[in-house]
Amino acid sequence: MNDKKGIIITGAVIGLFGGLLVKLGNPLNMGICVACFIRDIAGSIGLHRAGVVQYLRPEILGFVLGAFIIARLTGEFKVTGGSSPISRFVIAMFVMIGALVFLGCPLRMVLRLAGGDWNAILGIVGFVLGVLVGSQFLKKGFTLGRSYKINKTSGYILPLIMVLFLILRVIKPGFIIFSESGPGAAYAPWIIALIAGLVIGIFAQRSRICMAGGIRDLYLIRDNHLITGFISIFVFAFIINLIFGNFNPGFAGQPAAHTDWLWNLLGMFLTGFGSVLLGGCPLRQTILAGEGNTDSAVTFFGYLVGAAIAHNFGLAASGSGVSFAGKFAVIFGIVVVGLIGISSIKLSRSN
Amino acid sequence: MLEVDTRGRSCPEPVIMTKNAVSGLQKEDSIKVLIGEEVAKENVGRFARNAGCEVDIEEKGNEEYELIITKK
Repeated sequence: MNDKKGIIITGAVIGLFGGLLVKLGNPLNMGICVACFIRDIAGSIGLHRAGVVQYLRPEILGFVLGAFIIARLTGEFKVTGGSSPISRFVIAMFVMIGALVFLGCPLRMVLRLAGGDWNAILGIVGFVLGVLVGSQFLKKGFTLGRSYKINKTSGYILPLIMVLFLILRVIKPGFIIFSESGPGAAYAPWIIALIAGLVIGIFAQRSRICMAGGIRDLYLIRDNHLITGFISIFVFAFIINLIFGNFNPGFAGQPAAHTDWLWNLLGMFLTGFGSVLLGGCPLRQTILAGEGNTDSAVTFFGYLVGAAIAHNFGLAASGSGVSFAGKFAVIFGIVVVGLIGISSIKLSRSN
Repeated sequence: MLEVDTRGRSCPEPVIMTKNAVSGLQKEDSIKVLIGEEVAKENVGRFARNAGCEVDIEEKGNEEYELIITKK
């Protein structure tokens, strides 16, 4: 599975489900979006009160649980932690804020492009630049330090929370919030969304697919392995969008998108930069969290809190553009992530 | 033999550490890379083979590996 065929198949599975879930009810060009869906989860458990983006997305629960199940079966479930959890938490918050200014994680960026949303091109430019800058940090010796094997209990916590969320999604108690309109109210039947999440989780765990890793490896070690997955997602999502009539090329009027090119670029720059320092894009981190990597589980909670902050303080973009607060947060985020990067390089050199 | 300990480092640090070590090698020289997880084993192995090196993998148990990388 970790050969070229495996990664192409994984891309195909993600691309096809991405298109199919839209057909079955998910928001347009948002068959799968790790950032948007974690944001919806944050809303549904009341961490933010943006009424249109609150839903317990079974896809995310499936990613973690699919990776957890397959890692258990293949003996790859390994509980580790201790690699600068608080730095990871903070970087993850800004990765999420950058994604919500662009309106999508790197995965949705590709799905948007496959749906004809040309604003995604600016996102890709920013993302690539962010990854390249992050790669320079790695070249200069950036590290968040090594992790260690830790108490096994810790590795079960996030998967168990996902099981709890799944139960809450199914029984829908009153304290869990579900949007009545907007993107949060657009969703595929939960069982299909869950199956899609589980299948993608399994394939992504086996193939190690990663959006940030694709560009990073191409640049740092001239390895095109992971980027093949990136391209495969695009090709298959594009084909299925054509089949279902969901390919609508243009800049203006795209679903859950804005045309503010500079901030599409800078938002994704922040996401790419932070993702390289974390060692993977939001999808990859979510999968790693299922495999027992508690640093990635902390990263997941960073995303969740970042999403809550983004909506509580009006940083997240909307169809009409990016607020001043959102722009400020992106610049602030680039500075903070850069400072964490620089100080980590200095520390690794002095050791 | 130069020893590179990549255990516990998150992706792609094991590969970069190996890359830096391999770049200083003469023909027939070897380095030993200590690896703590499956993914890093695959990545470092793939990198070294792409870089024209021979890779000899020894399983140390407890999901740890020793890769002997020899420049061809």
